[in-house]
Amino acid sequence: MFTLVFTSLLLAACSGPYSTLDPAGPSATSAAWLWWGMFGFATVVLIVITLLWLYAMRRDPGEVDQRDAQRVQNRWVIGGGVVLPLASITLLLAFGIPAGHNMLPLPLEDGEPARIEVTGHQWWWEVHYPDTGVTLRNEIRMPAGVPVDFVVRSEDVIHSFWIPRLGGKLDMIPGHTGVLRLQADEPGTYHGQCAEFCGVAHAHMRFTVEALPPEEFQAWLEAQQDD
Amino acid sequence: MTEPGPRSAEQIHREFHQVWRNLPGLGTLSAVNHTSLGLRFMVTGAIFFLIGGLLAMLVRTQLALPEQDIISPDLYNQIFTMHGTVMMFLFAIPILEGLAIYLIPKMIGARDLAFPRITSLGYYCYLFGGLIIFSSLVLGMAPDSGWFMYTPLSSAEFAPGPGSDFWLLGVTFVEISAVAAGVELTVSILRSRTNGMSLRQMPIYCWYILAMALMIVFGFPPLILASILLELERAAGMPFFEVAGGGDPILWQHLFWLFGHPEVYIIFLPAAGIVSTLIPVFSGRPIVGYRWIVLSIILTGFISFGLWVHHMFTVGIPQLAQAFFSVASMLVAVPTGIQLFAWLATLWTGRVVFNLPMLWIVGFLIIFVCGGLTGVMLALVPFNWQVHDTHFVVAHMHYVLVGGMFFPLIAGFYYWLPHFSGRMPSDVLGRWGFWLTFIGFNTTFLLMHLTGLLGMPRRVYTYEAGLGWDWLNLLSSVGGFIMAAGVAMIIVDVLLHFRFGRKAPQNPWNADTLDWATATPPTTYNFASLPTCSTRHPLWENPELPRTIEQGEHGLTEISHGRRETWGSEAVTGKVTAIFHLPTNSWLPLCAAASLAVVCISLLVRVYELSIVGAVLAAVFLLRWSWENGAHPAMAPPSAEESTRDLPLHSRTHDGPGLWGMVITLMANGALYMSLLFAWFYLWTVSPEWSIPDQQPLLMLPLLASGILLTVSALDFRRITRHLKAGRDSGLQAAFWRIALIGTLHVGLLIWVIAGSSLAPTELAHDAVLLFMLIYQLFHSGLAVILTALQARRVHYGYVSRHYPYEPVVVAPFWLYTTGVFWLGFAAFILLPMSWGGAA
Repeated sequence: MFTLVFTSLLLAACSGPYSTLDPAGPSATSAAWLWWGMFGFATVVLIVITLLWLYAMRRDPGEVDQRDAQRVQNRWVIGGGVVLPLASITLLLAFGIPAGHNMLPLPLEDGEPARIEVTGHQWWWEVHYPDTGVTLRNEIRMPAGVPVDFVVRSEDVIHSFWIPRLGGKLDMIPGHTGVLRLQADEPGTYHGQCAEFCGVAHAHMRFTVEALPPEEFQAWLEAQQDD
Repeated sequence: MTEPGPRSAEQIHREFHQVWRNLPGLGTLSAVNHTSLGLRFMVTGAIFFLIGGLLAMLVRTQLALPEQDIISPDLYNQIFTMHGTVMMFLFAIPILEGLAIYLIPKMIGARDLAFPRITSLGYYCYLFGGLIIFSSLVLGMAPDSGWFMYTPLSSAEFAPGPGSDFWLLGVTFVEISAVAAGVELTVSILRSRTNGMSLRQMPIYCWYILAMALMIVFGFPPLILASILLELERAAGMPFFEVAGGGDPILWQHLFWLFGHPEVYIIFLPAAGIVSTLIPVFSGRPIVGYRWIVLSIILTGFISFGLWVHHMFTVGIPQLAQAFFSVASMLVAVPTGIQLFAWLATLWTGRVVFNLPMLWIVGFLIIFVCGGLTGVMLALVPFNWQVHDTHFVVAHMHYVLVGGMFFPLIAGFYYWLPHFSGRMPSDVLGRWGFWLTFIGFNTTFLLMHLTGLLGMPRRVYTYEAGLGWDWLNLLSSVGGFIMAAGVAMIIVDVLLHFRFGRKAPQNPWNADTLDWATATPPTTYNFASLPTCSTRHPLWENPELPRTIEQGEHGLTEISHGRRETWGSEAVTGKVTAIFHLPTNSWLPLCAAASLAVVCISLLVRVYELSIVGAVLAAVFLLRWSWENGAHPAMAPPSAEESTRDLPLHSRTHDGPGLWGMVITLMANGALYMSLLFAWFYLWTVSPEWSIPDQQPLLMLPLLASGILLTVSALDFRRITRHLKAGRDSGLQAAFWRIALIGTLHVGLLIWVIAGSSLAPTELAHDAVLLFMLIYQLFHSGLAVILTALQARRVHYGYVSRHYPYEPVVVAPFWLYTTGVFWLGFAAFILLPMSWGGAA
């Protein structure tokens, strides 16, 4: 019963239109798993170190001669100060490197991903579908279930393109072009926002994402071109 | 060296105080004493902290509920920018520097720092810079681009008001103070330790401060350069960061974080130094793993310069670079872990007194470990892409900085409170203050991790209801106010303790270091006699030391000459080799800082004529300052008494603190030049629209001729100083005039090159960098000539001769540096592009 209540509370606390803990795409999912893994590990480390510390303050050391002190030093400093961090880092990288690699916009095995160009302005988003002449404002339509490359630029200051439920963010920098690969697993409505402070209306620089089944997306794009 | 005189302790005190005291009344503004100035630094920092905290309260008020409009977005942006700027530049660094300035001489058994007038200059630069930055808030035109001032948001086009100028000029002004303290602390720690205190016997806190000081020396120049470049772009249109002109906004981020990350450790290390000082005292045993800790301090210093890019993982830099910086960022956990477990081992093997300072240390441990763990998480690139620029980072950074700096600072503050005031703090109020701060802090920031994971970006002035952020923000705001109550409680405690605190006994905590061998509160000269010290724990091994010091039973008790003196020692062994004579109260630092403030303000309001007046005035005061040195009557004129002593005055040697100060200043200067080279190569290789003009814009022949003249002058100067060191000074004055003359010709040619070249610094970043390089060179060359001419005059007055070879030895490295950067610049800015097939 308690577990059930706790779990449902936790799920409720983790959901939300911008929540990275309510992932809806492969990149966001692996980042969320990384988070839960690191969170669990870090919690254990924090609790153990705190308890050890409090115990060390309370315990009666008895008579400590030079040799004892040396032994304690070697145990704690080498064990805790060198081995523990190095082991943790190795473990972290073992999970982190493949996860990061899978998020990169690498060539696909079959075909090319769809490309959508997004340009940041103070304080709105210009969305352009290459080779079609179709342009949207503060709204993105994308095919669901397939990877999409977002080609991001900026017209004025630095912005950052971020759809938290789909994956990480990428800065939009004047003079530079960046490519961010995202995928929405299921059709639906998602939310995006500017993550890099960009001036007075930064807080309102948002956009919506409609992920459509691929056929529906294609049909929509063609209909737009005909107009 | 001990000269047990017949004088009584009171008599000694009267005589010393006469020489060391500050002037009465307003004259106290001319004080150069490290105890006075250290306290002033700390009090000023505390006041700035309260204002910064007030700004944080405004932020939390605005964010407490969704869709509030208590504060307009425009004002909100000013408030959070100022909160970050104030806490970083006007509170964290200066207050830790202040504590180091106060403590270091006492810990190493010296009477003052090596360059007391620099302490004073540093304080006034800090004070005036801080006031200039704050005035922007009062005038309603504060910077509003965030405390890291990313271009182009902070550039003239998108921030046309003076806010960015306030930030760039004010912060640079404050940084003069930081670099000054960095140089001074380094030289003092290395050269003015008491007799026999070898590096291995230094109190561990001194190692931390030595590392911090050197990191300031290398870490601040990149930001100073970046600020100058951005201000030049804003005021003069030189496109260093503007894509259209061949610049790149990412360059700002590199330079900023090249400073910004070491800065985190510049803040953390001195605070960790407090922890490493307190834990052994309250465990009643020496620290475990002294050598491990020293090693980890050094490692931290090095690693911290190799991980700045982890602030920029979402910029889209090459994967390989991201991987490198990711691993480097995680590796910093190793030296931190070593320290953490050395502290644990010390507690494990000691009998711990769990009092108020230790309570704050425990608070530090929990919060800092938590911040360190989220730091390792943030170093993992795929996770970083999600939470970068969200409230998760805000939470992490407050855990690291409040946990890693504020908690140890308060622990240290309570520990040294009896030293400052001679009275003990109250335990009850102090514990209330701790628990309110600790609970308030965690309520605010622990929840904020989740706020960030739920997608709330940082730096938004409001948010919609129903995104899952409402209750978290409300609780964070409540926590913020609880923490404010905790801080208020600490202030009340401290204020009350001055009135009601019980009188502190000598060495109330049974500490081991020499800082507790002074009177509490300390006398102006710290020690009436300077003890020989060949142990890490002088007060544990010889509890009688405070008494014997006061009664003048140790060294350097002569004061009838009326000079302020302390020992000068060898850097490694601590063996005393000379007597450092120190300047007395002086108005020159205040006058110089005030002139620099005039420069700063006139640049702000763009009255450039006035800024030239200010710069000339500052130069006059600073050169006058350099004039009152060595054998000058205001410093240490020749006297019969000095020949009767067994150690020479440092100005009679050729290895004084001035030489070390010069070399370390040149290291800072060199770091600035390296940053310029970095900017040059970065723009050249990465900037999207970088272009090199078809025609070589510089006049090559005059430039080469100018370089040859410079080299001749520098070599000549080197030859003269070598003769001087060997005891030959015939024709000295004529030689200096000759060098000054050749140097002047060099400067003339350089001016011709600058005036006659076809540079278009407002159109091309390439030309803007070239012009900057040339003006940098001109400044150094001009200064070298002026300093040499002054040396010639000093020979005339008899202040420089083979008996007083000290000052030319100080100037010599400056000539060498000036020549070095000339040819390095020539190779990097002119030869290399030519060989790459650019302009010829």
